[in-house]
Amino acid sequence: MKKVYGSAAEALEGLLHDGMFIASGGFGLCGIPELLLDAIKDAGTKDLTFASNNAGVDDFGIGILLQTKQVKKMISSYVGENAEFMRQYLSGELELEFNPQGTLAERMRAGGCGIPGFYTKTGVGTVIAEGKEHKDFNGETYIMEEGIVADLAIVKAWKADATGNLVFRKTARNFNPPAAMCGKMCVVEVEEIVPTGSLDPDSIHLPGIYVHRIIQGDHEKRIEQRTTRAA
Amino acid sequence: MAWDRNQMAARAALELQDGWYVNLGIGIPTLVSNYIPEGIEVTLQSENGMLGMGPFPIEGEEDADLINAGKQTITELPQTAYFDSAQSFGMIRGGKIAMAILGAMEVAENGDLANWMIPGKLVKGMGGAMDLVAGVGRVVVVMDHTNKHGDSKVLSECTLPLTGKAVVDRIITNLGVLDVVEGGLAIVECADGVTEAELRAATQAKIV
Repeated sequence: MKKVYGSAAEALEGLLHDGMFIASGGFGLCGIPELLLDAIKDAGTKDLTFASNNAGVDDFGIGILLQTKQVKKMISSYVGENAEFMRQYLSGELELEFNPQGTLAERMRAGGCGIPGFYTKTGVGTVIAEGKEHKDFNGETYIMEEGIVADLAIVKAWKADATGNLVFRKTARNFNPPAAMCGKMCVVEVEEIVPTGSLDPDSIHLPGIYVHRIIQGDHEKRIEQRTTRAA
Repeated sequence: MAWDRNQMAARAALELQDGWYVNLGIGIPTLVSNYIPEGIEVTLQSENGMLGMGPFPIEGEEDADLINAGKQTITELPQTAYFDSAQSFGMIRGGKIAMAILGAMEVAENGDLANWMIPGKLVKGMGGAMDLVAGVGRVVVVMDHTNKHGDSKVLSECTLPLTGKAVVDRIITNLGVLDVVEGGLAIVECADGVTEAELRAATQAKIV
């Protein structure tokens, strides 16, 4: 079965429809599927719901889909650094569901693992807990959070082989594996597709079972906060 | 006289114990890494998926794939390990991180913490703060004792939406150190040049 496609547009063919739910990897601008986001912008798919830790910046990441008003709802833990996001949110054009960061990651992981709900202490006694089931275990109160299953996962990895085995690089791994796991379909963009057999089977971060389509391309990999120390 | 930002960070660094895995929040808590006491080995966690966080890179060595939770470029150390966000918060929620040192907008005498939103103002999100305060072994807050209007941020009850309920163990401010104990707060020490009377006067919460 062929998983390698020639371009982001080709890899997304037949997978996009208005109103769909997409899970995206990335933290800030680090490890975001920038090529696939560009292709979704070009496809013009509308009324999208995104589960993604952040919403990018105005002209990069999910921010480019906010400019074109393709996003209906964001499920995120942190949405600073994006003026257009704030404008649309405050004017009521955009829905926003805040999830604590660990809850969002676990919702994706759980959804991909066939676990429809789980209990967590995170958010107990806060607005996050409102309307959610509370349950005590060993004298401590927890709330129930639901697993996420997305129509599509879009993911950025460092290397893939042709079977979809993935290796990530440094902190660009972040939400990419849990996002990949929770997608009914998962499309991955990588910096390099290597020959099958050249990745050490003991060092694969995400096995190809989670990956349906792969593209290779050049990445801008923009830095959000360039911070240095004196040499 | 009172402690400045660096003195608060230096005082907070005295909370560290050898062998601990620790998460430092954004702002003054980040400065704590400059004051880790001699002979104490701590491993810093960055909740975007890293243990063993190193200093900022020198110019020219920034790596877009290597950032901290504040999205700043950082470096790795010989003992560094990377992992995904689900595992990162698994170790946070699972109680493997000994301590988090965080900033705050308000702390209450029962340990309630508010540090993620001001209603009616720009809301950016809680990020990982709610998970951290719910999961780590010990929560230490480092903040100014009063806001820019001179009002106490150490309160009988938080007025802002909570990040966590009864989660704070110790508060380090520019005026001193307070512990959350049964019935209120206990003074641990006063900052250099600050009297106990001054610390009490700046604190709206009940001191026992």
